[in-house]
Order: sequence, then structure tokens, then C-alpha cells
Amino acid sequence: MDDKILLAHGSGGKLSHDLIESFLPELSNPMLDKLDDSAVFDLSGRLAFTTDSYTVNPIFFPGGDIGKLAVCGTVNDLSMSGARPLYLSLSFIIEEGLPVADLKKILVSIKNTAAEAGVKIITGDTKVVNRGSADRIFINISGIGVIPEGVDISAANARPGDKIIINGNIGDHGIAVLSQREGLEFKLPVPSDCAPLNGLVSEMLAASKKIRCLRDPTRGGLATTLNDFAEQSSFGIIIEEERIPVHRAVMAACELFGFDPLYIANEGKLAAVVAAEDAEVILAEMKRNKYGKDAVIIGEVVAGHPGQVVMKTTLGASRIVDMPVGELLPRIC
Amino acid sequence: MKFVEEYRDPDLAKKLLERIHKNSRKSIRLMEFCGGHTVAIFRHGIRQLLPDTIKMLSGPGCPVCVTASADLDKAIALADMKDVIVASFGDMVRVPGSYSSLQKAKADGADIRIVYSVQDALAIASENPGKQVVFVGIGFETTAPTVAASVLQAQTEEIVNYSILSLHKICPPVMKAILDLGEVNLSGIICPGHVSAIIGSHPYQFIPDHYGIACAVSGFEPLDILLAVDMLVGQIESGQPRVEIAYRRGVKPEGNTQAVKLMESVFEVSDANWRGIGAIPASGLRLRGEYGKYDAEKRFEIEPGPAIEPKGCICGSILRGVSTPLECRLFRRTCTPESPVGPCMVSSEGTCATYYYYQGS
Ligand code: SF4
Repeated sequence: MDDKILLAHGSGGKLSHDLIESFLPELSNPMLDKLDDSAVFDLSGRLAFTTDSYTVNPIFFPGGDIGKLAVCGTVNDLSMSGARPLYLSLSFIIEEGLPVADLKKILVSIKNTAAEAGVKIITGDTKVVNRGSADRIFINISGIGVIPEGVDISAANARPGDKIIINGNIGDHGIAVLSQREGLEFKLPVPSDCAPLNGLVSEMLAASKKIRCLRDPTRGGLATTLNDFAEQSSFGIIIEEERIPVHRAVMAACELFGFDPLYIANEGKLAAVVAAEDAEVILAEMKRNKYGKDAVIIGEVVAGHPGQVVMKTTLGASRIVDMPVGELLPRIC
Repeated sequence: MKFVEEYRDPDLAKKLLERIHKNSRKSIRLMEFCGGHTVAIFRHGIRQLLPDTIKMLSGPGCPVCVTASADLDKAIALADMKDVIVASFGDMVRVPGSYSSLQKAKADGADIRIVYSVQDALAIASENPGKQVVFVGIGFETTAPTVAASVLQAQTEEIVNYSILSLHKICPPVMKAILDLGEVNLSGIICPGHVSAIIGSHPYQFIPDHYGIACAVSGFEPLDILLAVDMLVGQIESGQPRVEIAYRRGVKPEGNTQAVKLMESVFEVSDANWRGIGAIPASGLRLRGEYGKYDAEKRFEIEPGPAIEPKGCICGSILRGVSTPLECRLFRRTCTPESPVGPCMVSSEGTCATYYYYQGS
């Protein structure tokens, strides 16, 4: 096979066929191997269905790559509604010229991540576009999952008195990706936190059904997620700066670039709003999972200042934590 | 946040605050020069914690904000030229100019690339030999040395299709201009952190000497700022204004002489236009004669129309410390970070954006 992806690889002809054949062993399962136009399967119960496209630049970063990110992102979106993720679709848009070796690396990473999460890729598609029409590779993944009986998770469910939990350090992913950006390269001892969280969520749900809201604070960071909780439940949120876990290297990078870690993207984090009486049980359960070992309670839901997130700062003052607008850019000054 | 850095230690902060409360007798007005300072002050709620005797004013230290409309119009005019790629820092792209913005020009088909560093711009130039690449050089003494390095690199690597629209500015002259205007009755200035890492603390000596105003160079962590305020209070109460450094880990009194040398080898001091203040003599940087071929203003005939300031926007007086965003009739109504009217709402270091995010409605 050529060492670069060519337009002809997406033409539907022999080269396309070869390319797909070279994928299959990586992702093989009975449903996918049929290569029918659609995957056909039975499911019953309440279903969750989600889709997301991934365009991260750079496509390889410390702790992950676009493939792992895509699987985790979709698996986590399903998990945040309490669903058990089952099946994924996988669709590539590849810019002509992408080294085949890069594609292979991404595939292996998709395979490993899907295996870890226990999900199957059951249908897929590949398109190759002209140079300049895409940035190396874009991935779209849709996913479907089943919501177990008795689970009711929604950002609107938060109630005054509920506790807010985060499962570990914030900001790792955003800063790890930033550290690889052309022209900014710096050494960061912290990899991206990119991880599938369905295992953690199912253990949390096994410990208590009183989990009211779950969300993965990806783009827009923890600040955005907390604002969603406050807005959709029409209650207020108070968090304590001192309790919010941030790796010191991430903090240092934030200081350098003028970022607030609350707004930095995460890919292996979840923020949970849980009933106060079950908070400790859930926290203890989370700490047993490798993706929850640093879980902490960072604040609570209050009846005051509806729709607003307020943070008590380390210095003892308080301030509003607003929604971010636009892209985070490093400071110039 | 959870880990306790020496410059975020709440106990140390408490001690500093106690000392400030104890020592501060006179009613004073302090200006924090940098937008980064303003962000830190709001983010950590420092204004609430200071005694009533101390009033903090935000200054002009936001490179995007102080760029004059007329200069921004030049960048847009360049972007509209055939076979020109304009490379710019992201914030700049969203600032409304007199007639358009780089963002609008981009949507209309101009080739505008958002870069994170000047190195990216140089790379674009070497990848596009058939095009002219112009880097919009904004920023203070912090960014100018890296831009100077890119010019030298372009020369060594014979990258001929690269040039700079130099809108760089230097800080001490604008401080002088603000003091000379006499609009704000200042007792002390929190001097820039990153800028001073380059130029050192000596260039501020004229402020205590000629104006009797206290100076403290500060970083961007809460303890840096509290320490600076503490130093300023000490200087003011004792009647001994001078220049102190509250940011020892970042700033040496003599600065970074190598970076200054690099900057001075490529740039020379020139007059510059500041938004809200106007032309300030010897407050900008232009390429030296021998690097004239890298000067976009020499390479291209740039003729933007007469500059028009956004109607109702009071960024100018905000940058001079005369007004706060709360006095702007457009603040939060017509002007928000999603659809900014003036640059102070665009830049992440702009005073209006900071008020918008941290002050609440
Ligand atoms: S709020 Fe908007 S219009 Fe008013 S001064 Fe600030 S930037 Fe200008």
C-alpha cells in the first residue's frame, strides 16, 4: 500500500476496498465484518443516542490522539445521561496526503479505547478530500446506549443542598494539547486526561441512584458545565477555589498564558451533582476507580442567586464564574 | 486551587492583607497598569478585600485595546490586497476597525491566519513563497524581541515574502503621558510584570523622581499583587516613593539585557498612536532603516480611509483610567464579548471583558 492516503482511496474502487480491508482486522466484530449498508441489531429499553465530530489539532498529543479522543468523547456523552454505551459508528474524513502510518496509529488507538470501554464499532465510512479541504483527519462518531431502570439524570435535576463532585484535576487536556501547538511547544509533565468514563459512571450508579446531574466538562471547561447546571435547574451554585484540584504544572502554564483553569477543556473528567446524603458513599466508590481516585467535593447547589455560579476564592473573596465566550487565546502581554 | 503555591498561600495572603489594612491611612488611588493585573484582581476578588482607603483603577496595559483604529484599518487594508496573507494574534481579529474587522474581511475571502506566535507567521511565509505574508505586530516590550528574532531569521533564511506591520508599543512613555494628562490623581502604580521582565525596573525611576508617585512591579498571581499593594502603601505612608519589585521570580532590576539588545537591533523608537490617548512621542517601535524591506508600511502602499471610532464606546477614557466600563452606556447592552463594540470588550485582557466576566450583572 502507498505510504500516503490518496484521493483514489476514497473513490469507492479497488484502493478504497484495500483501505477498508486494512482497517477491518483492527476493529473486527461480527456486525461490522458483514460490511452491509447498515448495521442491524436489537435493543430494548430507554435508549440514549449522541453524535460528535472531532477536529483536534494536533492529531497526536501527550496522552492521546484524535482517535482515542473521538471514542472517549462519544462514550462519555452517552455515559453522562446514565446510559451504558454499546455501539458506535465511525466515520473518517481524511485529507489527501495523510501518512498511512498515522491512520494506522489512530486506528489502533480507536481499537484499544473501544476495547477498554467495552463498546463495538458496528458501522463506518471513509471519505478522502482534496488537500486543503480538511485538516489531515476529521472523525465523526455516533453512539447508542441503554439507560438502566430507575436512572434519571439531567442538568435540570439539581436541588439546593446537593453536593458537586469532580473526579480529579482539571485542565490537563486543554493544556496538553496547547503544549503541542506549533509555535508554542513547551514541555508539560502532565498528559491529557482523555479517558472513557462509562465504567466509573456505572460504578457510581451502582452505589447510589441519587445522582442528579452528570456532565463531562469538555470544551468551555468546568465553568461552562457548572453554569449549565445552574441555568437548567434554576438554582445557584457555590464552589470553593481551594478545593478545586489542578496539577501544579497546569496551573503554571495557565499563569504563563493568562488562562483560568476553570475554562480549560477536559476529556476524562465528569462533574456530578449528587444528593447530599449519598455524597460520601458515591465519593468513596469513585475513589476505587482509576479515573476517580482523585475525586473531591468542590461545592454545592444553593437556593440563592439562581442560575449563577459563585466561587469563594482562596483569598476569601467571592466572585461570579461566568460562561466563557469564544476561543481561549494566550495573552499577548 | 488545591495545591498551595508559595504565591497563592492563603495564610500569607491574609498576613499581607492585615498589614495593608493596618498601614493604609491615607485615601489613595492605585493604577494597575496591565490588563493581566486587572484580570487577576477580579478573578481573585482582591478589590473586595482591600480597605476602603484604597481605590484601584485599571490602566492601558492591553496591547489589543490600545491599538488605534487607524492602525487596525491598515491591517485590514493589507488583508484586502491580492496575494497577501495577514497573520495575526487571535484577539486582534475580532476587534472592529473603522469600516470592518479582520474577521469580517476573512469571511469575505481575505486570507487571514490566526497564529499563536510570530514563528507561525514565518512558517506560513516559507510555505507560501508565491504570497506576501504580513505579521500584525502588536504588543509591548514582551513580544517585540520575538518579532525582532523572526526578522533576523527571515534574513538568514532568505525568506523574502515576509514583513511586519509594526504596531508595537513601549510602556514607560504611555505612563508618562497619562501622568502628564493629569486626569487621574494617582498615588501609586502597579507596574507591568512581563514587560519588566524584559526592560527591568529602572525605566520607571522617573515616576517617583519627577511625579512623586510610588511604583511596584508585580506579577499576576494574587500574592504578587497583594505584595505590590503592600509596598505601595508603605512607600506612600512613609512619603518615600520609589520603584520596588514585588515579582522577584520574574523581574531583575536590569531586566533581560539580551532581549533588549535583540529588540533594539531590529527596532527603533518611533512615535505611535494609542487609542484614547492619541499620538505619544517615542512610544512605539518601527523597523530600523536596514530592515526596511521587512517593514510592511514600506513594502505596500497602504491607504485606509480616515479612522472612525466606534460610536458610544468609551474605551479611550477607560484606558486612561478615567472611567470604568460601568459608565459606558453600551456595556452589557449592545456591547458583549459575543458582539463587542470596542477592543476593551474583545481582548481577554480588556477591562470591559474583565468586568463583564467577573463582576456579574
Ligand atoms: S463596554 Fe464596549 S463600547 Fe463600552 S467602552 Fe467597553 S468596549 Fe467600548
